[in-house]
Amino acid sequence: MSVYFPQKFLPYLLLLPQLAVTAIFFLWPAGQAVEQAFYQEDAFGLSRDFVGLDNFTELFTSPEYFASLKTTMVFSFSVAFLGLAVALWLAVMADRVIRGAMVYQTLLIWPYAVAPALAGVLWWILFDPSMGPVALLLESIGIDWNHFINGDQAMILVVISATWKQISYNFLFFLAGLQAIPRSLIEAAAIDGAGPTKRFWDIVFPLLSPTTFFLLVVNLVYAFFETFGVIDATTQGGPGQSTTTMVYKVFNDGFVGLDLGSSAAQSVVLMVIVGLMTVVQFRYIERKVQY
Amino acid sequence: MNKLALVSTAVGLAVSGSAFSATQIEWWHAMGGANGEKVVEMAEAFNQAQDAYEVKPVYKGNYTETMTSAIAAFRAKQQPALVQVFEVGTASMMAAEGAIYPVYKLMRETGQPFIQDDYLSAVTGYYTDEDGNMLSMPFNSSTPVLYYNKEQFEKAGVSAPKTWQEMETVSQKLLDSGVECGFTTSWQSWIQLENFSARHNIPFATQANGFAGMDTEFVFNSPAQVAHIEKMREWQQNGIFSYGGRRSDSAPKFYSQECSMFMGSSAGYAGMKRNATFDFGVAQLPYDADQIETPQNTIIGGASLWVLQGKNEEQYQGVATFLNFLSRADMQADWHQFSGYLPITQAAYELTKGQGFYAANPGTDVAIKQMTSVEPTENSKGLRLGNFVQIRDIINEELEAVWAGDKTAQAALDAAAERGNALLRKFEKAND
Repeated sequence: MSVYFPQKFLPYLLLLPQLAVTAIFFLWPAGQAVEQAFYQEDAFGLSRDFVGLDNFTELFTSPEYFASLKTTMVFSFSVAFLGLAVALWLAVMADRVIRGAMVYQTLLIWPYAVAPALAGVLWWILFDPSMGPVALLLESIGIDWNHFINGDQAMILVVISATWKQISYNFLFFLAGLQAIPRSLIEAAAIDGAGPTKRFWDIVFPLLSPTTFFLLVVNLVYAFFETFGVIDATTQGGPGQSTTTMVYKVFNDGFVGLDLGSSAAQSVVLMVIVGLMTVVQFRYIERKVQY
Repeated sequence: MNKLALVSTAVGLAVSGSAFSATQIEWWHAMGGANGEKVVEMAEAFNQAQDAYEVKPVYKGNYTETMTSAIAAFRAKQQPALVQVFEVGTASMMAAEGAIYPVYKLMRETGQPFIQDDYLSAVTGYYTDEDGNMLSMPFNSSTPVLYYNKEQFEKAGVSAPKTWQEMETVSQKLLDSGVECGFTTSWQSWIQLENFSARHNIPFATQANGFAGMDTEFVFNSPAQVAHIEKMREWQQNGIFSYGGRRSDSAPKFYSQECSMFMGSSAGYAGMKRNATFDFGVAQLPYDADQIETPQNTIIGGASLWVLQGKNEEQYQGVATFLNFLSRADMQADWHQFSGYLPITQAAYELTKGQGFYAANPGTDVAIKQMTSVEPTENSKGLRLGNFVQIRDIINEELEAVWAGDKTAQAALDAAAERGNALLRKFEKAND
């Protein structure tokens, strides 16, 4: 069955506002960043030199940049995995709650309203080695918590801070996904003798896969691009470079260090990486998704 | 009804009339909280003292945000006349010759009275060119000092250490008396390397720490600094020193009485008073007695006010009048006593002393004495290094590798110097 539109231009006209927004707010700045990546200029923009690929060669000959690439991978996949796993678990639990479900669900959604930098500060206080309640608790069970010196602990701290907020978002989608699964399917499986674990992995999880896939993409993009506020508020990339992710470096070199050329080159690299990753995700992982 | 309308129109006209006759001067600053309110108060005092100009203070966020917005505004030709820029941004501002209006020139060209010798050279030195001309107006300057826990000191039977040698013995006694850690530091690059170098009259970078030219290179990996950092590494292992993070993240270690001593900005005095539940004292930053007999002055941190290009003559006249107003002894003394920042003129210092402020608040004059006891040398005048915000991050990273026991002091400082030099060359290239 096909619907016939008599007007030839109406669809374009209706699309125009969206296209204009995309062009002005996304394509144009992205184009500017690409252009900037080939120049070196002083902060005030008084002089500008075309340097060709210098900004890029400088990046790819610096061991620090590769270190930040590795940090980014560890950080982003930890955030995405942890965010999805915890949110799914909470959603499954919330789905079972009958009494007071609304209260429970609302409470779980709250953290999403907290600004990233604020979330960072919150966790920073909780984990402060001298005064933080969590740090003191850890110390009482024999774990010496000091993320100012221990790079792995610093990584754990930023992963927790960045994930915490995202869990609410994921939770919402998972809960909606779970509620869309017909009860009859689960009941049928139960009658056939499938236990709760088997029911979850063989029926619920596959039926949730479109949601999971969507969230995976969104969470990875979040971890790659939107987490510099959290890192700035908690560790500022340290100790050493253990929490300097690529996007934090873009922010720090560009907005704090005012080195626009290098910052632009780094964001171009980041764009390419995330673009590639999205292609890979749609090409290979999406095949396993059952719509 | 008609009468009321008439009156309100008249009032409206009068209000708008007075607003339009005064020349507006925008002043972007980075002072939040109580200091921010004080800034507004100072601007209002100026606006009330005369009616030709109206200064409008605008809070633009922290130091980096304020500087970044001013630069972005300049690029969009929407810049304010006056902007507060932190000390590590000095080289970037200076290099932007087409963007700034040097203060000494502004004062001369607007015919405002301006005697540079009235200002404390230890403070203004950071902001002068090779010929000693003031390029920006110091506003809030501080310098690192040593805070110590008087109660723990009494218990251990020690007094504030003057030298790094005493630092070790005093800390050991404190540890023996049951304290967890001897000392901690904030702003490690600023205090343990930049100020350490100044205090011992040794260069941090060549070309007079960058004052004499952009072709400067780091020399903070010289024996004296390496020995100091190596010593701190050893202390980190045995508890005399405990690293507590970048910026001022280590302050809680002092507040919670985990560490007996804390090296931090003299401007932190008010915060210290609010947070410390114990009696504390202020002492000068220690020096290495093997390196120098009489220690040099320390260098400043904080921010200064820069005048930007692109405004008209009348506005500059207003800016100059305002800067002179801010430098008045009573204004400066008030700001100094309120915020804990250093006074920028000798007169403000004398006035504060005369008012009995130092006697009533012991420790508040330690920083000034530390700054002014000797004439600054080219090693203690300050630093003028491009891309310095990023370079400080590099130094932070490398020092953290030392505290964690991953690198020796020599290896870390060599690496920091090499990585820092690459950024200096980049700055030189971008600004030639």
